[in-house]
Formats: sequence, structure tokens, C-alpha cells
Amino acid sequence: MAGKMEPLMQSPMTPWPYRIQKVIRESHDTFSLNVVPKNSPDSMTFNPGQFNMLYAFGVGEVPISISGPQPGGKGMIHTIRDVGIVTGALHKLKKDQTIGLRGPFGSAWPIEESKGYDIVIMAGGIGLAPLRPALYALLDQRDKFGEIVLLYGVRKPEDLLFTKEFETWRGKYGVQVKMTVDTADREWRGNVGVVNTLVQRANFDPMNTVAMICGPEVMMRFAVSELKRREVPEDQIFITMERNMKCAVGFCGHCQFGPAFICKDGPIFRYDKVKQFFGIREI
Amino acid sequence: MKSLESILANHPFFKGLEPEYLALITGCASNVKFEAGQFIYRQDEEANSFYIIREGKVALEVCPPGKKPITVQTVSDGEILGWAWLIPPYHWQFDAQAVELTRAIVLDGRCLRTKCGEDHTLGYELLSRLLPVVGQTMEATRLQLLDIYGNND
Ligand SMILES: Cc1cc2nc3c(=O)[nH]c(=O)nc-3n(C[C@H](O)[C@H](O)[C@H](O)COP(=O)(O)OP(=O)(O)OC[C@H]3O[C@@H](n4cnc5c(N)ncnc54)[C@H](O)[C@@H]3O)c2cc1C
Ligand code: FES
Repeated sequence: MAGKMEPLMQSPMTPWPYRIQKVIRESHDTFSLNVVPKNSPDSMTFNPGQFNMLYAFGVGEVPISISGPQPGGKGMIHTIRDVGIVTGALHKLKKDQTIGLRGPFGSAWPIEESKGYDIVIMAGGIGLAPLRPALYALLDQRDKFGEIVLLYGVRKPEDLLFTKEFETWRGKYGVQVKMTVDTADREWRGNVGVVNTLVQRANFDPMNTVAMICGPEVMMRFAVSELKRREVPEDQIFITMERNMKCAVGFCGHCQFGPAFICKDGPIFRYDKVKQFFGIREI
Repeated sequence: MKSLESILANHPFFKGLEPEYLALITGCASNVKFEAGQFIYRQDEEANSFYIIREGKVALEVCPPGKKPITVQTVSDGEILGWAWLIPPYHWQFDAQAVELTRAIVLDGRCLRTKCGEDHTLGYELLSRLLPVVGQTMEATRLQLLDIYGNND
């Protein structure tokens, strides 16, 4: 059976069957699928920030970033927010069911290039998922980086993802983990306000900082201006762009963003290279 | 023990302020401490204080009738709390409650208003520090209203 599947892998348009090894409930509307290839013992390799096309059979295919595993861990993890038809269908799947998977595709976070720098990771909502493998990679070589700061904003406390890992990131690796929510009641003892407000509260050396941002476009726009206010150079800021996708390999043009295709040239871009298109309504 | 003047001089809000003005402002200042859960001020009370947070965290809350209070913003180390002392009718718009043990310097708003009235350069210095904070808060509030992480529902 494994032999028969091999030729299919040669076409980037053909989904490969993956078995759901575990379903993790992350929050009321967000879940993770830990998947393993059905017909091959090896897990796929990927770079932090890359995404897969996940196919819910008979429903459709969506781009979803890879959110794990930790280095050396088994399978692939995708953390998904149930917002519509395909993500809703994926949400209904159970352990041992099968999904189709293509990729990994796209550009990666600049981990190697950031050695020697302080790192500011800014995530909004589900945006922490594509950044988690970057954090794992940074922590895997912790001594190669200066300060590591995670600034994370969500709508409500119950939307926070991966909170169990925060203590390890803080305690074992000395990461400055700062989170904030848009609104909360008195049970919440943490920060309230948008994620940009945390930039002023974090301790890093702006000129020697690489910032990696993932979240809704409006949030990223204000995050960039806050980082610039602290004088982080534009060519040290990396953002992610999201557009609807079909082929994910640069054939169809669905994901065009100015002169770039997000699936092939992105989704991670250095800010100074795309800033003239960023925030333009028509693009 | 650091003097009030040196604490103010090292606080980001007063960075770069002329020593003579720091001395003037220190004349209106005193140290305060709030335990977790203690109210610093309440909505509609007269606003005659301006707080410079040294350490801790304060929640600004609104309490819709018959509902649980909602926190709309938190203020922490190195930030300032309250500008209603500067704008008539000098009443607080929110409740401010310490979320954790909070140490601050409180400046007497009436004293500051008088000094700013007498010396417009001091008034300008204070306003040019306060306005960016007000602007940034307004920007942040707009983003909160946009509900950017929401599911378009
Ligand atoms: C490169 C890339 C990586 C991505 N990584 C992830 C990831 O790791 N996890 C994840 O959950 N999502 C991720 N997304 C977004 C995900 O692909 C979309 O949420 C998904 O395509 C929605 O498909 P659907 O059929 O479920 O929703 P649809 O039925 O197409 O849409 C239903 C409703 O949801 C709204 N909607 C669609 N997309 C979003 C969105 N992104 N946010 C809020 N509302 C939306 C639509 O406006 C519509 O009202 C990524 C997107 C890209 C381009
Ligand atoms: S999705 Fe087809 S070109 Fe990008």
C-alpha cells in the first residue's frame, strides 16, 4: 500500500492521507489535530511558519499553519479555529479518522537569521498557532538568542491558547510572556487592552530586535507602528498575510498580494518589502 | 530610600523634564499604596488626583446595571492613571481597582492645576506628555471596539 501511494506525493496538488492521532480541545471554538501519515512511517519535515492544505473529504480544503510538534515530537499538529464550512467539518472529526493533507508550503520565520538578536513575538488570536513552532525552534537553541518576548492578545480570557506551556516558557527558558485580553470580568487578574499596549511594557533592545507578528491584519498594522515607535528597524519586522487559497503552489493566482503570491512568496514577509501594499484596501 | 523627586525623575512620564519643574511637581506629590482589591477611585467621584504607577496593576472598570463589572483597560508599572483631574467637570468616568499590590505616587490635581495656571510652560510640558497617552488609549480603545479577533459574528 505504501508503495502505491508514493507516486501521488510527486504532485503537489494531490492530498496525502493522514490519520488523526489525537484531537485536542484548545478553547470553545479552537481545536488541534495531531495527525500522522497513513502510509508512511516518517513524519513530514517543515519549517516554522509553513502551512498545509487540509482537506475535509467531500467538503473542501483550507490552508492551516503547522503549530507543532515540539522538536523531536511525533506527527504534525494543526490548530484550527472553527469559523466556517471546512473548519467546521474538520472540527467534527474524531480520533482515527482520515484527512487529506498537502504541503508543507510557503515561507518560514527567520530563525537562523535572528541568532544574536532579541526576539519579539506578537500574536493575536489564532495567530499564536503559526508562531508556536518558531518559539519551539528558538527555545531549542535558547542560548543563541537574547531576550525572547511573547506578546499575545485575544478577545476574552477563555480564548487564550496553549496557556499550559506559558509557565515552562517563562520558568525554564526565561521568556517574557505577556498576554492581554480585550475585555474581562473581575476573575481575570491579567492585562486588559489590545496587544499593542504590551510593546511599551516589554524589555528588549529595539535596534537589536527581530519581531515576528501574526494576527488579524488590523492588529498587525498597529503592532508594526508600535514597534516602529520603539525604533525597531522595518527590515527586522516580519508579518504574515492571509488570503483565500486554492492551489497553494503559485498556479492559480487566488492568493495574489500586489506582485506576490502569498502561498509561494509568503505567508511570511519582511515588512519593508511589502509595506507599500500592506493596509491598502483594494489589495 | 529614594526621594519622591528622584522617583518622579526616573518615571517614563516625566523623563527629560526640567529639574525646576520636577521640584514644583514634587510639591504636589505623595507616596501611596493600594492592596489587591482596593478601590483607588469610583466612577462619578470628584477627580482630584493623578497617579504615577511605580509597580502593580490597576483595572479600570465599568459596571453595567445588574451585571458583573467589566474591565476595559489595565494600567501597570511605568504608566499613569487618570486624567479627569485636568478636564472639567473633574469627575472620574470609571472605577479604578488595584488588581495586585500597587505602589504609586499621587499628585494632587488641584495643586497641579493651580501651578499649570500660574506657569503655562509647565502646563505645556504636562499636556505634551499627557496627550500622547490619551491618544494611544483612544487608538487602543478603537481597536478594542473593532473586535479584531472576533469571528465576524
Ligand atoms: C497561510 C494561511 C495559514 C492559515 N493558518 C490557519 C491556522 O493555523 N488556523 C486557523 O484556524 N486558520 C488558519 N488560516 C485561516 C483559515 O484558512 C480560514 O479560517 C479557513 O480557510 C476558513 O474556511 P471555512 O471554509 O471554514 O470558512 P468559510 O466557510 O470560507 O467562511 C465562513 C465565515 O468565516 C469567515 N472567515 C473565513 N476565514 C476567516 C478567518 N481567517 N478569520 C475569521 N473569520 C473567517 C468568513 O468571512 C465567513 O463569514 C490560515 C490561512 C492562511 C491563508
Ligand atoms: S493559491 Fe494558487 S497561486 Fe496561491
